[in-house]
Amino acid sequence: MNKTVKNVAQALEGIESGMTIMLGGFGLCGIPENAIKQLVKMGVNNLTCISNNAGVDDYGLGLLLQGRQIKKMISSYVGENDTFERQMLSGELEVDLIPQGSLAERCRAAGAGIPAFFTPAGYGTEVAEGKEIRVFNGKPHLLETALYADFAIVKAWKGDAAGNLVFKGTAMNFNPMMAMAGKITIAEVEEIVPLGTLDPNHIHTPGIFVQRIFQGEVFEKRIEQRTVRKRN
Amino acid sequence: MGLDKIGIAKRIAQELQDGWYVNLGIGIPTLVANYVPAGMSVEFQSENGVLGMGPFPFEGEEDADLINAGKQTITAKAGASFFDSATSFAMIRGQHVQLTVLGAMEVSQNGDIANWKIPGRMVKGMGGAMDLVASAENIIVAMMHSNKIGESKLLKTCTLPLTGVGCVKKIVTELAVLEIKNGAFHLVERAPGVSVEEIIQKTEGTLIVPDIVPEMVLA
Repeated sequence: MNKTVKNVAQALEGIESGMTIMLGGFGLCGIPENAIKQLVKMGVNNLTCISNNAGVDDYGLGLLLQGRQIKKMISSYVGENDTFERQMLSGELEVDLIPQGSLAERCRAAGAGIPAFFTPAGYGTEVAEGKEIRVFNGKPHLLETALYADFAIVKAWKGDAAGNLVFKGTAMNFNPMMAMAGKITIAEVEEIVPLGTLDPNHIHTPGIFVQRIFQGEVFEKRIEQRTVRKRN
Repeated sequence: MGLDKIGIAKRIAQELQDGWYVNLGIGIPTLVANYVPAGMSVEFQSENGVLGMGPFPFEGEEDADLINAGKQTITAKAGASFFDSATSFAMIRGQHVQLTVLGAMEVSQNGDIANWKIPGRMVKGMGGAMDLVASAENIIVAMMHSNKIGESKLLKTCTLPLTGVGCVKKIVTELAVLEIKNGAFHLVERAPGVSVEEIIQKTEGTLIVPDIVPEMVLA
């Protein structure tokens, strides 16, 4: 099986305005940066984006917000993006904020064929409004449903033509769950290696979850909070 | 008066126990990692997917692929592990993490906490806080006793949208260590040089004060 496509343009073929798209990453760490730039170029709009964060004003998903390409964001934390906060408070942007663990599990559930599950997160808060509550082991839980997407775009360190993926460090984050949840999953990788190079013992995302894979052209890998200590 | 941020972090560090896995929130809680008592083995979990977080990297050694939940560049200690977000929250919801330390805008006397939203003004999102407070058996809140205009943040009832209900059991502020039980704040310790009267005056919620309130001992 060869899932390799030539470039980002070919990888993103079929994405249209109005679709629901999952994008991996935590902050700017592990985001599919080449694919995001391509979405800007394609000019698709009215998108529903499922991503833990919304990038910063001039990078990551912030680029799509600037061009008003996003109709609705489903995220857990959006504190680093002023454009986002402004569009949300003005009502221009629809936003569904959900607990981070529930977001991860809702993606995983979709990929695993589990339509809904109970979690204690958010009980007694506005997150629980309108949701079924049940008590298990003496503790109230709320029913959360799986999150599906037309396309999931994930970012990995290395991958092969079979679609097997290996992530690096904390750039893994939401990428494996989202890879499972997409009807079509596109993997943007730093390096496509020949089949047989990746040790099957160390694959993070098995190729079955990935439909297309491409090697990104440029990786800026911007750092949000550069924190260092001095050498003695 | 009272403690500075480092003082609060040092006092919270006294609550750590050998062998614990601990999740530290953004801000003052992050500082707790710097004051682990000597000889104690504690592993720090960051919910974006790392166990065994080390100190900040040396200048020039920052790695964009290695950050904590505050998006700060970090290092990984020998024995560290990386994992996806679902596994990370399995650790949290599954109560494999023994202690959570986080900040708050408000805490009420029955242990409710609010720290993610000010309607119409500030919406950052809850991140992992709702999962953490709904699941952790042991939650310590690190916060200032009052807000910038001097209003108490230790209330009878929270006024802001909640992050979790009835979950906070211990609070460390610049003035005091307090426990929450039976629907009231209980004064446990006061910061060096801080009077019981000041703590009473700055606590809006019901405060139970024992006959003797020891002063914190900070190294």
